[in-house]
Amino acid sequence: MAKILMKGNEAIAEAAIQAGCQAFFGYPITPQNEIPAYFAKKMPKIGRTFLQAESEVAAINMIYGAAATGTRVMTSSSSPGVSLKQEGISYIAGSRLPCVIVNIMRGGPGLGGIQPSQSDYFQATKGGGHGDYHLVVFAPATLQEMADLTKLAFDVAEEYRVPAMILGDGILGQMMEPVEFSDYTPRPKADMSWAATGNDGSKPRSVINSLYMEPSELESMTRDLFATYGIIAERETLVEEYHCEGAEIIVAAYGTVARVVKSVIAQLDKEEGAPKVGLIRPITLWPFPAETFAKAAAQDSVQSFLTVEMSMGQMVEDVQLAVNGAKPVRFFGRTGGMVPTAKEIKDEILSICKGGAR
Amino acid sequence: MAKTFDRPKALTDKPFHYCPGCTHGIVHRLVAEAIDALGIQEKTIGVAPVGCAVFAYDYFDVDMLEAAHGRAPAVATGIKRVKPENIVFTYQGDGDLASIGTAEIVHAANRGENITVIFINNAIYGMTGGQMAPTTLIGQVTTTSPYGRDPKVAGYPLHVSEMLATTMGAAYIERVSVHDVPNIKKAGKAIEKAFRNQIEGKGFSMIEVLSTCPTNWGMAPVDALGWLKDNMIPQYPLGVYRDKEEEAKAQ
Amino acid sequence: MAQVVFNPHACKGCGLCVSACPKKIIDLDSKALNEKGYAPAYIKDREKCIVCGFCATICPDVAIKIQE
Repeated sequence: MAKILMKGNEAIAEAAIQAGCQAFFGYPITPQNEIPAYFAKKMPKIGRTFLQAESEVAAINMIYGAAATGTRVMTSSSSPGVSLKQEGISYIAGSRLPCVIVNIMRGGPGLGGIQPSQSDYFQATKGGGHGDYHLVVFAPATLQEMADLTKLAFDVAEEYRVPAMILGDGILGQMMEPVEFSDYTPRPKADMSWAATGNDGSKPRSVINSLYMEPSELESMTRDLFATYGIIAERETLVEEYHCEGAEIIVAAYGTVARVVKSVIAQLDKEEGAPKVGLIRPITLWPFPAETFAKAAAQDSVQSFLTVEMSMGQMVEDVQLAVNGAKPVRFFGRTGGMVPTAKEIKDEILSICKGGAR
Repeated sequence: MAKTFDRPKALTDKPFHYCPGCTHGIVHRLVAEAIDALGIQEKTIGVAPVGCAVFAYDYFDVDMLEAAHGRAPAVATGIKRVKPENIVFTYQGDGDLASIGTAEIVHAANRGENITVIFINNAIYGMTGGQMAPTTLIGQVTTTSPYGRDPKVAGYPLHVSEMLATTMGAAYIERVSVHDVPNIKKAGKAIEKAFRNQIEGKGFSMIEVLSTCPTNWGMAPVDALGWLKDNMIPQYPLGVYRDKEEEAKAQ
Repeated sequence: MAQVVFNPHACKGCGLCVSACPKKIIDLDSKALNEKGYAPAYIKDREKCIVCGFCATICPDVAIKIQE
């Protein structure tokens, strides 16, 4: 199939349509506006639903209602809007409903800015709303991945009855790259008998609910949920290891930052006497590829880790936990919409080497 | 003389948890009777609120969703947009619909969502123990208006039916009461009409039901019926506030 | 012949049926507390019952039936 030049936000929307997304509910916010615009144009023409909600709060609750019928649904927003959605996301997780939520991150806290950021890592991977739960969080670094991971997110969400998130940033959303929409083979259709679609008496009626008055029942439901998370961690963790073989310094980065790191590695490769640098790029941020980091930490050649993020340091905590003190873990970050440059990252790597970590 | 009268099929066997004399039970029965009368039990999906009716999913013998506080109209919108062949209703109290959920109800009405909304107005928060609601009357004593609702501090009773009737999208808005038998019968007819409107694709229908809360009003159940009649109805006049079809005929 | 049947187990003794009865023949039986601890409603003079159904209509707990 021919490659199409498009924006990252459009790639997500097109992939969702190809994955069988039947409805999109959202509310405008920069820098993700191409997603609703794409759906608004396409969905009515193929007999599917696009609705601009009155708020992010309403949009996520429309998702809750539509997802409860076993229909593939998506919403998208950016950081402040995703904060507003957290109540609904918690209910969706607690009610065991599948859906896909897109966060094209911008700077925060507060209204922040409209430039790209990765400062919602904690919110995305540690729960976000109230209660014991996780989202499966996919972090694409290319537009091709934005398309491919969106399709995968629908399958994973449905298979395990959990909400999944595509966590991109303003650069990935706005930039253009060629994307190939290869024929998509969906996973085998999951059991959807739990869905609320009306009850003719042939099965117990569906009650989509996250309320448990008995603490023992809520605990048991939560333990079931976490047993599912365990299976997801085992089967669905995705990570890219780039130039890690024999590396002295391992950089940890995801999304846009990982692209900059790759260009730094390419530069260093050409420089005589430069340190050998590898990249571990988590593709799923939850489940986090902790094992990959632990294995790298046990590698004799590896002297230290450097986590680079567009934040004041969020994923670095997961890297530290995974490395578990075996090697030093350093951090470099820009925030507020600033993107770390290749030079900054390279200087950081070289300063680690000078500092004797080598 | 009445013909036979039995528990509607659209109610489960579970006894209501409501306090003695609480009129939620009457309205639940009226909703279930409407579902039975229209033969729509198999395709109905209900959305329960947060508040005293939070366990409504235990009582209606249809597929049910439990919504977050105030969000039921958005949840119902999500269901109805992807499953237009289903009959979707919300059942919400005054804290849920008239306070925390005003955005969702106004926009569902204004979009003309083809759903049915049952709105219970008893002028107080029941489940949390008798706090002031947006619908609490001037001077009414609650745990958070212990000296009586003072409009200078807490504003005025919110007239939801009147407000929603101004939206272009709403098809049918009626306020009824359940303080005596004739009014209960009227309320039943209104609720059935609100469901029939949805079947016929007429759009957003809401029935506001004036109800009692004997426990938090601090009254015997029978006295609460009298208090509703004497105090609530003058503030919240009964009647049809919007009937798009009748308006079209009149033009 | 239709007949009004009270379910004493489902009754919460709220007395709405007592107030709605046009013949004033319903009372709460304080000698027969049910398992919930409520004094259930009963018809004290069945001969005067006109089976109007008002009691069933106002009962908030669907505790009253009319049967053939």
